[in-house]
Amino acid sequence: MTARTVFTVAALTIREAARRRVLLALVALTVVLLGLSAFGFSRIDAEFGGLTSGEARLVAALVLNLVMFGLSLTAALGTAFLAGPTLAGETETGIALAVLARPVRRAAVLVGKWLGLVTFGCGFVAVAGLTQLLIVVVTTGYWPPRPVTGLGLLAAQTAVLLTLGLLLSTAVSPMASGIVAVGLFGATWISGVVGAFGEALGNDSVARIGTVSRMLLPTDGLWRGAMNAFQDPSLLVQFQEAFKGHPFLSESALTPTYLAWTGLWVVLALGLAAISFQRRDL
Amino acid sequence: MMTGPTARPGGTPSPDVSSRGRSSADVSSSDVPSRAVSSSDVPSRDIPSSDVPSRDTPSSDVPSRDTPAAEVSALDSAQRLVADLSPSPAVWCSGLRKRYRRRTAVDDVSLTVGRGEVVGLLGPNGAGKTSVIKMLLGLVRPDAGEVLLLGRPGRDPSSRARVGYLPELFRYQPWLSAAEVLALHVRLTGLTVPAEERQECLATVGLADRATDRVGGFSKGMQQRLGLAVALVARPELVILDEPTSALDPVGRADVRDLVLALKARGVAVLLNSHLIGEVERVCDRVVILDKGRVVASGTLAELLGQRELRLRLDGVDAQAEARLAAAGPLTRTGDTFTVTLPGEQDGGIVPELVADLVRLGVRVHAVEPGRISLEERLLDILRTGPTEEHR
Repeated sequence: MTARTVFTVAALTIREAARRRVLLALVALTVVLLGLSAFGFSRIDAEFGGLTSGEARLVAALVLNLVMFGLSLTAALGTAFLAGPTLAGETETGIALAVLARPVRRAAVLVGKWLGLVTFGCGFVAVAGLTQLLIVVVTTGYWPPRPVTGLGLLAAQTAVLLTLGLLLSTAVSPMASGIVAVGLFGATWISGVVGAFGEALGNDSVARIGTVSRMLLPTDGLWRGAMNAFQDPSLLVQFQEAFKGHPFLSESALTPTYLAWTGLWVVLALGLAAISFQRRDL
Repeated sequence: MMTGPTARPGGTPSPDVSSRGRSSADVSSSDVPSRAVSSSDVPSRDIPSSDVPSRDTPSSDVPSRDTPAAEVSALDSAQRLVADLSPSPAVWCSGLRKRYRRRTAVDDVSLTVGRGEVVGLLGPNGAGKTSVIKMLLGLVRPDAGEVLLLGRPGRDPSSRARVGYLPELFRYQPWLSAAEVLALHVRLTGLTVPAEERQECLATVGLADRATDRVGGFSKGMQQRLGLAVALVARPELVILDEPTSALDPVGRADVRDLVLALKARGVAVLLNSHLIGEVERVCDRVVILDKGRVVASGTLAELLGQRELRLRLDGVDAQAEARLAAAGPLTRTGDTFTVTLPGEQDGGIVPELVADLVRLGVRVHAVEPGRISLEERLLDILRTGPTEEHR
């Protein structure tokens, strides 16, 4: 019964995402971003003819990370604003009443929604991210060393953020949950940048800001791991100074422990959301 | 104190209830969902609902391995006995309570809806009708009380497998078509209902030609019709309709009335919450009246509307004739019209005897009209005067 509910609701959520205007907005934003990046990368090649091959690779990796950040931001906004209405909106409008009066467990409905959103978000990241990588390879000839890992980590970042959006939407209104989720995402990213400066300057207490925020909400940690996967490892040796405190370059790959923590974080947040949803009077 | 339909000391079984062999209207407050189970098995708030005897006895009651053989056979025979009983009521709830912060929305509500019975839930705004319905369906967590739906504890989602529900606030996924909404609900129920049957269900509520249209483009009335189809699509044994005609035109209301009567004919139990008293009066076997979160009256229509009126237009009424009229029941007079309120249980001869006596006393009888106290008058009377022992 539970598995049937999960898959039915997941399929429904994907259909919702596909039929709502969110998808159109997402596609439009992505096309604009990819178009701009295609133009930008072609100019890098045309105007920086004097760069050494190492420098050209550094610039390509840096700009690639920058564009990927835009992409992850688009995915974050899209999924966070999908996650909010899908739960809080349905309880507010009454759509949930008819669904939850069926022989279903609320937790199963929640997991179904989560699964549907994760599928949608990951699908978006895979398609848009791959297109971006192809644009880069065509315009500059740069191909990142670990594209699958990078895209996987970006997808994981999206999953973390929509789990947060879902958790928030069990407690607050649909719009508020979207805004808070995106706000926290931004705050974590900035804390990550501040922490990186702290590390570069050898200031432990400032560096700790980044570490703590990366533990509380793993989006920034995953993002740094993804950046690392998109960079050519030889760059780190060549341009060690450039990596210090840079928001769009990352010195180190993710540890398995951190990935495990991310998994645990998602499970905990989802469990908390299930409890909160279960206790709610509709 | 326990109030409600299950607690009416001195209530007599109404013919329509007893003829169907159900006791739900007349079980006492300590009675059981399944009739004829000994009082030691009585479900109460102190006993976990999994111990409640019913046809669908949960597996937790199956004897464990170390139970002595004699006991096993006793349990076996007890379970067979329970299985042979008439099915447990469609709805049974006891002592439901709900507080929203400081306000008590529902206070000790107990009610029963027998299989195939149509029960109306009446009461003013804010009486707690929708809260009771939502607690029955597990949408709102009761602070206290037990719920059994079709013999299964309400906490178990599978108790809702054969329950159809039209919420007061009816909204369906605007990005789906009407047919897709029905398909979704069938899938969530775990049934396989062929497409033709689903289409038939849409036709029943008058949406046959809108099956492929997106719900987002539906008017309120059409959405409510769709809601009715959703409540009916998964072959329910119990249908709970919360204000099913709030957005419907007069034709739609008549359709809903026919629909409820059709359900009743098929033996589907219906719990109907409606402000339209006329509607309730026409279709319901029994009525439960809530006020300020409590059951203030309940019973069959015959019991609630037991009093009948007799209006007579007479002249030549002297003191003796007036005394004869007063002997038949409480009397009021306006001009030459006399209104006698007759007692609830009357034999058929009371009216002819009265008329014969009046004629013998020299009264000229111009008209004799029987009148029934409407449910509306009764409801207003109950709500204004508050619960009396008689109502309970």
